Amino acid sequence: MTDFSTLSLADAAAGLKKKDFTATELAEFTVREAEAAQGALNCFTLIDGERAMRMARASDERLSSGNGRALEGVPIAMKDLFAVEGVEMTASSNILKGFTPTYESTVSQNLWDAGAVFFAKTSMDEFAMGSSNETAASGAVVNPWRAKGSDERLVPGGSSGGSASALAAGISYGATGTDTGGSIRQPAAFTGLVGAKPTYGRCSRWGVVAFASSLDHPGPLTRTVRDNAILMQHMASPDPKDSTSYTGEVPDFAAAVGKSVKGLKIGIPSEYRVEGMPGEIETLWSQGREWLEAAGCEIVDISLPMTKYALPAYYIIAPAEASSNLARYDGMRYGQRVEGEDLIDTYEKSRAAGFGKEVQRRIMIGTYVLSAGYYDAYYLKALKVRRRILEDFNAAFEKVDAILTPTTPSAAFGIGSKAKASPIEMYLNDIFTVTANIAGIPAMSVPAGLDKSGLPLGLQVITRALDEETMFSVGAALEDSAGFSARPEKWWA
Amino acid sequence: MSVTQDDVRRIARLARIAEPTDRIEQLTGELNGILDWVEQLGEVDVEGVEPMTTAVSTPLPLRPDAVTDGEITQDILKNAPRSEEGFFVVPKSVE
Amino acid sequence: MPLDTADYTYRIPGQTGDWEIVVGLEVHAQVRSKSKLFSGASTEFGAAPNSHVSLVDAAMPGMLPVINEECVAQAVRTGLGLNAKINRFSRFDRKNYFYPDLPQGYQISQFEFPIVGEGEIECERDDGSRFTVGIERLHLEQDAGKSIHDLDPNATYVDLNRSGVALMEIVSRPHLRSPGDAAAYVRTLRTIVRYLDTCGGDMEKGQMRADVNVSVCKPGAYEKFRESGDFSHLGTRCEIKNVNSLRFIQQAIEYEAQRQIDLLEDGGKVIQQTRLFDANTGVTRAMRSKEEAHDYRYFPDPDLLPLKLEEAFIETLKAGLPELPAEKRERFVSRLGLSEYDASVLAADKDRADYFEKVIEGRDAKLAANWVNNELFGRLNKEGLSITESPVGPQQLGKLVKLIEEDVISGKIAKEVFEILWDEGGDPEAIVEKKGLKQITDTGAIEKVVDDLIAQNPEQAAQVRDKPKAMGWFVGQVMKATGGKANPQAVNEILQKKLLG
Ligand SMILES: [Mg+2]
Ligand SMILES: [Zn+2]
Repeated sequence: MTDFSTLSLADAAAGLKKKDFTATELAEFTVREAEAAQGALNCFTLIDGERAMRMARASDERLSSGNGRALEGVPIAMKDLFAVEGVEMTASSNILKGFTPTYESTVSQNLWDAGAVFFAKTSMDEFAMGSSNETAASGAVVNPWRAKGSDERLVPGGSSGGSASALAAGISYGATGTDTGGSIRQPAAFTGLVGAKPTYGRCSRWGVVAFASSLDHPGPLTRTVRDNAILMQHMASPDPKDSTSYTGEVPDFAAAVGKSVKGLKIGIPSEYRVEGMPGEIETLWSQGREWLEAAGCEIVDISLPMTKYALPAYYIIAPAEASSNLARYDGMRYGQRVEGEDLIDTYEKSRAAGFGKEVQRRIMIGTYVLSAGYYDAYYLKALKVRRRILEDFNAAFEKVDAILTPTTPSAAFGIGSKAKASPIEMYLNDIFTVTANIAGIPAMSVPAGLDKSGLPLGLQVITRALDEETMFSVGAALEDSAGFSARPEKWWA
Repeated sequence: MSVTQDDVRRIARLARIAEPTDRIEQLTGELNGILDWVEQLGEVDVEGVEPMTTAVSTPLPLRPDAVTDGEITQDILKNAPRSEEGFFVVPKSVE
Repeated sequence: MPLDTADYTYRIPGQTGDWEIVVGLEVHAQVRSKSKLFSGASTEFGAAPNSHVSLVDAAMPGMLPVINEECVAQAVRTGLGLNAKINRFSRFDRKNYFYPDLPQGYQISQFEFPIVGEGEIECERDDGSRFTVGIERLHLEQDAGKSIHDLDPNATYVDLNRSGVALMEIVSRPHLRSPGDAAAYVRTLRTIVRYLDTCGGDMEKGQMRADVNVSVCKPGAYEKFRESGDFSHLGTRCEIKNVNSLRFIQQAIEYEAQRQIDLLEDGGKVIQQTRLFDANTGVTRAMRSKEEAHDYRYFPDPDLLPLKLEEAFIETLKAGLPELPAEKRERFVSRLGLSEYDASVLAADKDRADYFEKVIEGRDAKLAANWVNNELFGRLNKEGLSITESPVGPQQLGKLVKLIEEDVISGKIAKEVFEILWDEGGDPEAIVEKKGLKQITDTGAIEKVVDDLIAQNPEQAAQVRDKPKAMGWFVGQVMKATGGKANPQAVNEILQKKLLG
């Protein structure tokens, strides 16, 4: 009997094709595990066992007639801002409570077309705004990992924290996420997973609730680098419905996994060594450098001088776009309406009741930086800094093929532990990840080790635009050397 | 630059979010904190730098002029808090 | 023909002396296209509520705009027709504000970089004189949906059929100096877009609406403004929103100018504001919803990329442009020999011009112009019909003109035939044949009538030698005897020969 909870996505797909087990068995297991874990982890906004079984049975028919597609019968969890037709989509916000899309996002459609099975929507920070998954309307999501000898509940990171938590708990074989400032890579690092975002435009944004359009990147979370390449392969596609979609062919990402990295030049940017970063992370970073050196890479010290400005620029650009993107949630055509005395009162009451504090805060910041008299000083300035950050990367990639950095400045922290801190302290979680969003280039987090309290830490690989293949090759080399096989102890069910 | 409580009220009105009366002081502090922090961008020399509005360098794709969508009134109104006779129904707003 | 000596300055007398007005217009012209600017839903109006609406138009979560190539082409064609600069680089921005008929919470428009830049058009007044108006820009943007306030006393109904339809906003310089000139400018714009087929131009259907900016100043101030470009020479302006007929544009300007003058002369100040025109009362009033100054927070739409136009794209559109009214008028004068007046009247409306050009195929243009401008337009005006509703088609009228031209019938008979065509229809040749209206050009037959008349009226015949004018009596008698069918020229020649030798 196969242990379904330790299967990789690649193994699950292969086992189904070999008829070692059926899609129905896999779906039954997944739904059962999901339901059992939900009480403790709170990682789903919705579990749809019925739809899962229906899709699994259809997959079994295809598999038995030898027509199984790449992901035939493999359960995949969907972050709750991908529209799945007929399934409630809330973006973890009260304002969208009860909203049921009549349409299917391009990414989810691509996955179903590849044979994947839907079983659940995963929780997230409200409207993807956060780095701890504590802001969801349905409450904080819990990390399956706990510090050695502690039962303190930890955050899984955010905003794709529901996807990360589920996957780390052995539920599902891959999950979709979106990454606007680090929302795939940071939770991946906090939960011992592989999380990647491709080049901007590789995965269509059509049917995905927007946070900050020019920075939003759909991408995969998985347990292995190979799984990640496979899942990204099937999420990505040119999409005429998204004007910012990349129209070129999607390469065979999985073919890059295991490819020799000998001779690749790896950049180590000095600016990613920040004040107050735990020594363990510094050590892990050096370790990663040695692993790649041992694998035949040439290590090059580089400088990305604009690094420290990426986060402040991001906290102007992202809220500005968000303040406009979230204007459509007004209680007029869909979502929650709180009737007021008149039209304006209804708008104001609906939005005050529908949006949580962090979302309101960002809408306010975004509204302010775009408003008359402040546009040039804040927004325009940030766009110019954005170009300088891109130029930094362009210059670096003249010299190197990939850049290696830590993913996060810390390991997972306790739920509520930053409640008293300033918003900026929370924002600093994304200090290493946000630069790749600003530039729109591929980046991935690979689990590389545990800190002294037994919590996972990740290393980040950043590559040139449209060169996800090098990212996967380097990521796989790190994965091989790290041999990361730790799993959280199953305390939740 | 520093925002006052009145600024916060003005921004809230512009963003159509009911005035957060009980949090106005805290919110003003938070917004000022964030704005003070982003102020460091002032250190960056952006003389002659083109603002970057997108990470995409390809041109805007154009679609052919054909009627390929619409006639889905049911879907359009499906999630409406209130609708009648094919219309969305919203609070009275007369100019 | 420009009347150089005429004074076209419009002045309003006040207690402190004369005032002048300065007007600039922002005309919203609905782009002619099958589908919307950023979605594949139909632009056709009159459909059931919310039926021509896509998920994009309703701003469902995760929906994205994709631009319609034809709308871009139409904007470029219009720009070319306005003799304007076509910008190779333009960009779409979001204009943020909340209103129930604006589903996204923002309008996608072009703020900093419009698709069309500066241009200039020549407009014509009713008396044929012409004046030039500068165009500041033309940009593409989305129309909003429609709010219906009278279906329910306590609620507003929203229909998004119009939401997302492409508009061209054409912004003029403040170069208009009278209500009449403002109307003439809009009329000219309408003619141009209808020639180009880039907009239907039907103001009643809302295909063209104007925001009218009005200010007043003392004589001499405007000239200073034109010399320096410094707006401080002008008075504070008010914008009157969404005026939807030429008559209302004039009324609104007249009312608004007087209001501002009264205000100023009472020692008050004009406050820059947005106003609405009430067509029932002829009055403008301040919009209520302006208690907070609008702050639209424009910024580049991150869902779209900059629009870059290729040279070849523009060249192809240029090559495909139809003849424009000014060129047509020129040609009517220089090639067809029409008078300036006839040419202007015919070229001023595309349907009229099209009609006329069908009438003249293989026929005498001057004669045809006469018939179209006088008989046909006169009759249409009287009946309140437009040219497209004319019961007499261009082929019919063309044949009628041909019959006159070839001396088959006289002008007088032609009028009779025209009446028959108007009332009963039919083929002019067949009518002439059937009713025996053909001219008598047989000189023998006419000579016989003349000989008989001279024989019966020797005294009158003798008088003609002293008083050639008396020959008119003989002409009348010949016509009477032939039922008006005798060729007048032949009758004259024969009478001359017989009576004067
Ligand atoms: Mg206007
Ligand atoms: Zn406009």
